[in-house]
Amino acid sequence: MPFLFLLKVLEIRTYLPLFIQRFPSNFRESRWNGEGTVARFGLHLPLRSVDLCVSKSYGRAPKMIHLESNFVQFKEELLPKEGNKALLTFPFLHIYWTECCDTEVYKATVKDDLTKWQNVLKSHSSVDWLIVVVENDAKKKNKTNILPRTSIVDKIRNDFCNKQSDRCVVLSDPLKDSSRTQESWNAFLTKLRTLLLMSFTKNLGKFEDDMRTLREKRTEPGWSFCEYFMVQEELAFVFEMLQQFEDALVQYDELDALFSQYVVNFGAGDGANWLTFFCQPVKSWNGLILRKPIDMEKRELIQRQEATLLDLRSYLFSRQCTLLLFLQRPWEVAQRALELLHSCVQELELLDVSVPPGALDCWVFLSCLEVLQRIEGCCDRVQIDSNIAHTVGLWSYATEKLKSLGYLCGLVSEKGPNSEDLNRTVDLLAGLGAERPETANTAQSPYKKLKEALSSVEAFEKHYLDLSHATIEMYTSIGRIRSAKFVGKDLAEFYMRKKSPQKAEVYLQGALKNYLAEGWALPVTHTRKQLAECQKRLGQIENYLQTSSLLASDCHLTEEERESFCREILSFAGRQTDSPGHKIVLPLHSFAHLRDLRFTPPNAVVHVGGVLSVEITVCSQMPVPVQVEQIAIHVHFSIEKNNYRKTAEWLTKHRAAGGLVSFPTEAAPCPAPQSSLPALELCEMFERSPSDNSLNTTGIICKNVHMLLRRQESGAALEASTGVALEDGAHVLKCTSVTLEPGANTITFRTQAREPGTYTLRQLCASLGPVCFVLPHIQPPVQYDVYSQEPQLRVEPLADSLLAGIPQKVKFTVTTGHYTVKNGDSLQLSNIEAMLILCHAENRAVIYSNTREKASDAALRVQSSDKVTSISLPAAPAYHMIEFELEVLSLPSAPAAGGESAVLGTTEPHWKHRDTQKASHSMATTDHRVSIDCPWSIYSTVIALTFSMPFRTTHSLLSAGTRKYVQVCVQNLSELDFQLSDSNLVAAGDSSDLRLVPLHTDSQQHVRSEQAAFFVWELKWTREPPPPLHGQFSVGFSPASEQRLSVSLKPYTYEFQVDNFFVCVAFSLVGLVFACLLCIFSPFFQTLYSVTAEISPPPGAELCKTGALCSLEVTITRLADLLEVDKDEALTESAEYFSTKLMYEVVDNSSNWAVCGKSSGVVSMPVCARATHRVHMEVMPLFAGYLPLPDVRLFKYLPHHSAHSSQLDADSWIENDGLSVDKHVDEQLDSSSIRSRGSGHSAASSEHKGLPMPRLQALPPGQVFNCSAGTQVLVVPSKDDHVLEVSVT
Amino acid sequence: MAVCVAVIAKENYPLYIRSVPTESELKFHYMVHTSLDVVDEKISAMGKALVDQRELYLGLLYPTEDYKVSVFPNQLCRYGYVTNSKVKFVMVVDSSNTALRDNEIRSMFRKLHNSYTDVMCNPFYNPGDRIQSRAFDSMVTSMMVQVC
Repeated sequence: MPFLFLLKVLEIRTYLPLFIQRFPSNFRESRWNGEGTVARFGLHLPLRSVDLCVSKSYGRAPKMIHLESNFVQFKEELLPKEGNKALLTFPFLHIYWTECCDTEVYKATVKDDLTKWQNVLKSHSSVDWLIVVVENDAKKKNKTNILPRTSIVDKIRNDFCNKQSDRCVVLSDPLKDSSRTQESWNAFLTKLRTLLLMSFTKNLGKFEDDMRTLREKRTEPGWSFCEYFMVQEELAFVFEMLQQFEDALVQYDELDALFSQYVVNFGAGDGANWLTFFCQPVKSWNGLILRKPIDMEKRELIQRQEATLLDLRSYLFSRQCTLLLFLQRPWEVAQRALELLHSCVQELELLDVSVPPGALDCWVFLSCLEVLQRIEGCCDRVQIDSNIAHTVGLWSYATEKLKSLGYLCGLVSEKGPNSEDLNRTVDLLAGLGAERPETANTAQSPYKKLKEALSSVEAFEKHYLDLSHATIEMYTSIGRIRSAKFVGKDLAEFYMRKKSPQKAEVYLQGALKNYLAEGWALPVTHTRKQLAECQKRLGQIENYLQTSSLLASDCHLTEEERESFCREILSFAGRQTDSPGHKIVLPLHSFAHLRDLRFTPPNAVVHVGGVLSVEITVCSQMPVPVQVEQIAIHVHFSIEKNNYRKTAEWLTKHRAAGGLVSFPTEAAPCPAPQSSLPALELCEMFERSPSDNSLNTTGIICKNVHMLLRRQESGAALEASTGVALEDGAHVLKCTSVTLEPGANTITFRTQAREPGTYTLRQLCASLGPVCFVLPHIQPPVQYDVYSQEPQLRVEPLADSLLAGIPQKVKFTVTTGHYTVKNGDSLQLSNIEAMLILCHAENRAVIYSNTREKASDAALRVQSSDKVTSISLPAAPAYHMIEFELEVLSLPSAPAAGGESAVLGTTEPHWKHRDTQKASHSMATTDHRVSIDCPWSIYSTVIALTFSMPFRTTHSLLSAGTRKYVQVCVQNLSELDFQLSDSNLVAAGDSSDLRLVPLHTDSQQHVRSEQAAFFVWELKWTREPPPPLHGQFSVGFSPASEQRLSVSLKPYTYEFQVDNFFVCVAFSLVGLVFACLLCIFSPFFQTLYSVTAEISPPPGAELCKTGALCSLEVTITRLADLLEVDKDEALTESAEYFSTKLMYEVVDNSSNWAVCGKSSGVVSMPVCARATHRVHMEVMPLFAGYLPLPDVRLFKYLPHHSAHSSQLDADSWIENDGLSVDKHVDEQLDSSSIRSRGSGHSAASSEHKGLPMPRLQALPPGQVFNCSAGTQVLVVPSKDDHVLEVSVT
Repeated sequence: MAVCVAVIAKENYPLYIRSVPTESELKFHYMVHTSLDVVDEKISAMGKALVDQRELYLGLLYPTEDYKVSVFPNQLCRYGYVTNSKVKFVMVVDSSNTALRDNEIRSMFRKLHNSYTDVMCNPFYNPGDRIQSRAFDSMVTSMMVQVC
């Protein structure tokens, strides 16, 4: 009994269930319904033979595949003919079943049958066969004469399987459940599996080879794509059946690519004949069908070579879709669908296929929806939502297509479709054909949707809006804002057509905002144009005018368009409005742009009543000249105290460029706002402490933080007209009926300043009838100041400081302020005797205007009387300055120590002002206060002028033996050089006994700046003791460089004025002290003692040597007899003479000498002339060279019981000074001259402690003469010294 | 080969945009603008990997019926420091000319990039300004002329 062992032909209808059904049930369904053996076999088969390992050709990796097989009864017709391409119905293995166990039977029938079967197989060149011998024990028992069991099998093997003994299998007792049965089943199944696999592999390989060969023939003329298509699809089917979807998909992709290539080649002129068939006009456009695994309808069309391009594409895609869905790749379906739709449209165009208008749109629309629904059908919501990015393209494409269909069929127009449109619609609907049965029950099928949408205007609107909103929503949800806006714009266009601009506006605004934010100029212009139309229809006048003004200034539009928009504004402005008070406020920046602003006067500060002009440059952006009724600048006024000062400071910093303030070009709409962020404006900041001007804080200030750190708004404010508010202020600068030409225009405003304060320019407003273009904020802030000033007089020296004694220039500045100086107004200066005002004939005053421009100059008349000097001012208008210079001369003041003035006896003037004098290390100064009466005030102005003394003087008393000298040092402290002449020292009072012999030259002396001159007189007296000296030094001085002696002085009672140069009692105070000293202690300057020191080398040596002791002999000699000055506590009277106690001390401050032994001692000195006392002591030179002798000092030694201290005022003691000078010495001597060294021995401190200790009193310098002062002794170095130290003094 | 070439700044405003049929300029502007959506998406999807691999080519991003749009975000080396300047190049290619292979598009972009780098090297060019270089313009012209 022969059987064909075929691969199971799968019912395509039941394809899907295939995966669910398991093998046994499947097998039961098979057509074979033979006897029990095989039924039993069927039960066993699934257990063992399902998995076959197929090693596939063409480089594919070996895979485990699941093979299903089908048993078919052998018929000769079923054997494949030559050239058969069907693989699914291919007989892979032929099996011959026999139950024969009888040799007779075998010989009679079975052998013949087998031979016949074999021959048929051979004739079809089929080599895959198997003979199965079923042995049945039951039968054997019935027939006793049977041959041994194996004989039939052997016979068959001998007869048929001469070389392939394995092609015959024994199956024993298949229905029994014995181990033998099991064994034989196993053997059979293994064999079956091997053979089946071999055959399968072989045949599949062969098929593929054949297919490739066929493909290579594609350049041959008779080649047909459809035929080839069917062949390769067969392969795909096989792979699909084997669940090798990937491989199946590859087959389709190859077909797809092949076809596309042909189309492209066709476009390039390389047409294949078979393609012309696809070029036939499209008659049906019913979209993709993806709900069936295999669209047999289309497949047949292809098979019959009747398919159109759309049919082929549809079928191909439906197969790809099916496979991709099996592969769980639905998103690829969406992606491929979009590509497919695009490429189909392009291919049709390329192949020049005639397509009725709208047909493709229908096809695309249906296909999009079909794909989407198919995907939705196999995915859950969550998956779909997370993969919108893949499907949104289809949505948007469908929307687009529906829109174009709507436009085509007149469904968008206001009046609805006309007859032509209706005809077209009918044609389109006809092309759709009837609805496919598989979707007929679905309510929302693409077919139904399209049909409904095209049926009426309302239905179309509904569907279109649904789609659009869905698309926009999806785009937005995945962040494709730009695409969403673009769809929104389409929607807006639709709304505009449907006469519902209020709905369109939202979308247009949204899109515009997006384009503006990203700076896309052309889309901005285009959208704005649409928006303008929309706003016009909506009657949003303000917005419309604003948009119009923006469009009128848009350089991307043509001149005509711009002009038309400009006319829109002008015509509106020209129209009479119902409510006259109503104003439409628009931002200025679209209309014109404020470029710069210039103040005259440039510092933008005017006085009350002054005229200020503001010149602005405005660039009009309108294409035509515009007549503007009024341009106004609204000004904010604020009263600020002290503002003048503030602005003056501000001006120097900020407004250097001649009053010009430039405004930055406003961010043009084109570049993105992000990029046009203002640059950082940084400035340094130093904060100093107010007290000592030291740096407290420093830092950097960003001045435009508010610009940089403000919130980045999403451009909402760009177009919004809100926020532009017209400020109402009392202060407005106006300019009426101005014509603004395109481009730059200059407009000048003039205003007269009224109230003082700060005026800040706030808004610029151009009005055209009811329309106002307003620049809400003028940025950077611009302001001008109006001030009112009190008249003011300032007097200041020209030089740094004024010097007394010589003429000095002083500048007078009269700031008139609000006061107008009339002819005859004058300044009244009260005269001070110590300060002269020198009048020149040619004094001139210069009048400056407020801006420091010279206005005029006039002669100045100065009249002096005893009490006042009157300066008559030239007439000057308000807010001007009068400047003139006067020369003043401060007379050096005479001694002012009130009590002594009588003693001095000079012609002291009576001082009106108590001038203060400060004696310091620098120049002594004198302040003069002058009170000036001004014409504008009832109060006098008091002005202080400070004059400095150019000189300082010191004097000292010098002795040479008993002769006495006075030295006066004059130090020039100023920066000028002076000539000194006529130096004179006059002993005041009764000076007949005292003569002063000048030792210096009498000629003029030149004293340079910071240098000193010295004058020396010898004091001679005729009477013993010499009388006190009460001297007064005077010297004449004049500036060395200037020979300005032309000053004519009014006659004063000063004796030196006659000499025509100025003599000054320069150091009266010092001179007075000097006089006092001499007056009270005149005996002190007489020399009482002379001290002589002498160093002699050690005996035997010629010279002193370092380290060797030398002898020092000090000789103290009394030069005078008993004098008044000696009468003090130290004086003791013995029998024949008086004696006093002196203490000597040898000190070497320069450490040249080491005094050995006692360095000091007390000697009792007889008070009579020529009394001598000698003291010897040992000193040792420490250095070699000419060494000065050590100092020898003498002190008066006062016994402790002295009552001296009680006589003195305790307060006069200087406690902390450390200098133990007695009060009277301190008082009357220049401190430097008595700074006696060694006064540490002073008893002052002990006196304070109240202990009865002897006191030391320094002798005044005039009383001791040191004869050996300045002498030097040669000291030679000792020979054994290694180090030679030589001191040279 | 291209019908529209655009250079887009980091902030998504056009630094340079030119298209061949001047009548449809507006359409190209819209097209390039919407394609930025996909560019952004791709850039953020690739993120760091893109920078590391130095793969600047984003591939086809936006097929339409008429034109294919492809994109190339720019990564730029300037003298002294390296910045990821995120400048994007968008090129609209006439897709009826399917002979254009990926490689050719890549090489066109490379050319564009080089030329753009030259523009940036110009000391008188302010980064962020619109490109007005004549050399760049003529290079773009050469890329466009090939197709027309």
